[in-house]
Amino acid sequence: MTAAQILTLTIDGKHVSGLAHETLLQVALENDIAIPTLCCLEGLSNQGSCRLCMVEIAGTTKPQPACVTLIQEGMVVITQSENLRTYRRTIIELLFSERNHICAVCVANEHCELQTLARDLGVDHISFPGRYPALPVDASHDRFVLDHNRCILCTRCVRVCAEIEGAHTWDIQGRGIRSLITADFNSPWGQSTTCTSCGKCVQVCPTGALFEKGRSVAEMLKKRPSLPYLVSNRTREQQ
Amino acid sequence: MEQQITIEPVTRIEGHAKISLFLNDSGQVADARFQVTQIRGFEKFVEGRPFFEMPSLTARTCGICPVSHELASAKACDQLLAVTIPETAKNLRRLLNWGQLIQSHALSFFYLSAPDLLLGMDHPPETRHFLGIAAQDPQFARDGIRLRQFGQQVIERLAGRRIHPSWVVPGGVNTPLSEETRTDLLNDIPEVKNLALSHLQRFKQSLEQYQEYIEHFACFPSLYLALTNDANTLEHYDGRLRIIDQQGTLLKDSSSPTEYASWIGEAIEPWSYLKFPYYVPHGYPDGMYRVGPLARLNIAARCGTELADRELDAFRALQAGPIQSSFHYHYARLIEILYAVEMIENLLSDPAITDQRVRATAGVNNTEAVGMMEAPRGTLIHHYKVSNDGLIQWANLIIATGHNNLAMHRGILQAAQRYLGHGELHEGLLNRIEAVIRAFDPCLACSTHAVGHMPLDVQLIGPDGTRLKHIRR
Ligand code: SF4
Repeated sequence: MTAAQILTLTIDGKHVSGLAHETLLQVALENDIAIPTLCCLEGLSNQGSCRLCMVEIAGTTKPQPACVTLIQEGMVVITQSENLRTYRRTIIELLFSERNHICAVCVANEHCELQTLARDLGVDHISFPGRYPALPVDASHDRFVLDHNRCILCTRCVRVCAEIEGAHTWDIQGRGIRSLITADFNSPWGQSTTCTSCGKCVQVCPTGALFEKGRSVAEMLKKRPSLPYLVSNRTREQQ
Repeated sequence: MEQQITIEPVTRIEGHAKISLFLNDSGQVADARFQVTQIRGFEKFVEGRPFFEMPSLTARTCGICPVSHELASAKACDQLLAVTIPETAKNLRRLLNWGQLIQSHALSFFYLSAPDLLLGMDHPPETRHFLGIAAQDPQFARDGIRLRQFGQQVIERLAGRRIHPSWVVPGGVNTPLSEETRTDLLNDIPEVKNLALSHLQRFKQSLEQYQEYIEHFACFPSLYLALTNDANTLEHYDGRLRIIDQQGTLLKDSSSPTEYASWIGEAIEPWSYLKFPYYVPHGYPDGMYRVGPLARLNIAARCGTELADRELDAFRALQAGPIQSSFHYHYARLIEILYAVEMIENLLSDPAITDQRVRATAGVNNTEAVGMMEAPRGTLIHHYKVSNDGLIQWANLIIATGHNNLAMHRGILQAAQRYLGHGELHEGLLNRIEAVIRAFDPCLACSTHAVGHMPLDVQLIGPDGTRLKHIRR
């Protein structure tokens, strides 16, 4: 096994170092530099879809997603700029305008990552017209509910189910703005033959899209499982 | 020539409305319309939502009495779960409701109607509002603010916030009452009880000077509808629906919650978004009935608390049989404030109120349910049908103000005929007509126009649509 190569770089003017296989986001976090994220969750594969962690890298013209960009020797990175702020706020506004987010009556109110990010980024109104799509709620499962109205398609549920639980119940159906989370081959969740009812998807969902049945407004406080711990335990047991 | 007078918007009520008065050829007021010009659409957009959201979702119907909607909704949801909620939860909900009743009644009396009563109907509109009262009788204003504040504190201390708390949940409430809150609220009781009593005395002493309004502010016989309990005492939270006639004779006691639909009809008129409920056996519009504080005091045999019962005796002495004048909604409101303070004291004095068991949990065990309770303005009905998964398929909400719609029309017509004899328009006369509506304390939407300059546009329109007269404030 070769020794891990250590690289040095600059993030927001701070000299930092990391291992060659680490991403910009990982190294930033290790050095207490906060970069907003939404689709990323420790222990799951990264797919860089929410685009909130975009950063500026000297020498490139386009911002790059920190969660899927590996560090390089001598990189000069900026995580906070007016441009990036505008960019991130626009993403949040677009997420809000895409579906029906009525925080005041949402189960996840006050415990929602989208809402927290909006607050942190100062998004107090949406400058895009809302689409207000008519989307169903799937309450067919005994214990859980899927509300498409609050879903931001981060796919954490898809990944946790496939990568950690190994059930691969969830997937994405449709394309673009018509994409929807779907169980098995588009069956009601309650009729899914693959779902083990473990509830991991519910707990990793950043918003009020997946929640426990019987929760009232603002009552869905997610208990994030420690995914790396689960993975390491499971791997050890297999060995 | 026929003429039409329009008062738009009607001010110092909660919501938006306009009044149209139709004059006949001889210039007499022949008809009156009270038009509610907003549509909210709650019954439609709740479709498809999980019923657990309903208490909070329907609370958004109103910024003044969200608690009433939460409670009516939660009561319906309890039935969807098919649970009996813990006694403490029930009592906590009652406390919340009385807090709401106090704050809402105090708003109606001290803020919205007192300018007419204390300053006079003909007082210049520029200062005929709560700030005008504060200038003329600061102590009165302070007392009104304090009473309202107490009601809001009850809500805030129990539920975490004053407006739109999400504390009431299907099956009970989501946190028990702390000992500290119990003591703090109890400490405030002597002061607010005194305030409630002294303003009731003051109002009673001034009744003589309002004789004219008592006789002409929606003063007519009608049916009355309210919740009642087995002890036949004043009931705001539980019990069954009762309707009595103009003599006070029992017409109907509901035997099941869904039964209301067979004897309360809802007529629709193309010119208003507010429906016209009526008592079906008497037909439309003869089945006119009234709800709210006046109806509740007309229906209950006793209040059930010492001071309020004494006041109820004096109230009853005003007239044999049910009290007919809607002006006495004000009087009834003050008695109810006193009653609510006494009841809050009673419930808080029992240490069982801090019991930790405050919520029953279950899945969907019924697919149809009706929740009823007495909102400050009258009986509030939430009726839901859900899918087996608990998603709302159909909802019907009958709001207190709706029940009074027919009676408000009748009242406006009565006042208009009295005060707008020959199409003469002047501000004070129009204000009297608005004051009739304020006596009912209608809550037309979810906004309050308590203070300030509201434009009032009054038009006199001929049959060909031309504007004959126009005054504006
Ligand atoms: S999911 Fe989050 S952002 Fe969306 S409505 Fe719920 S609380 Fe608000």
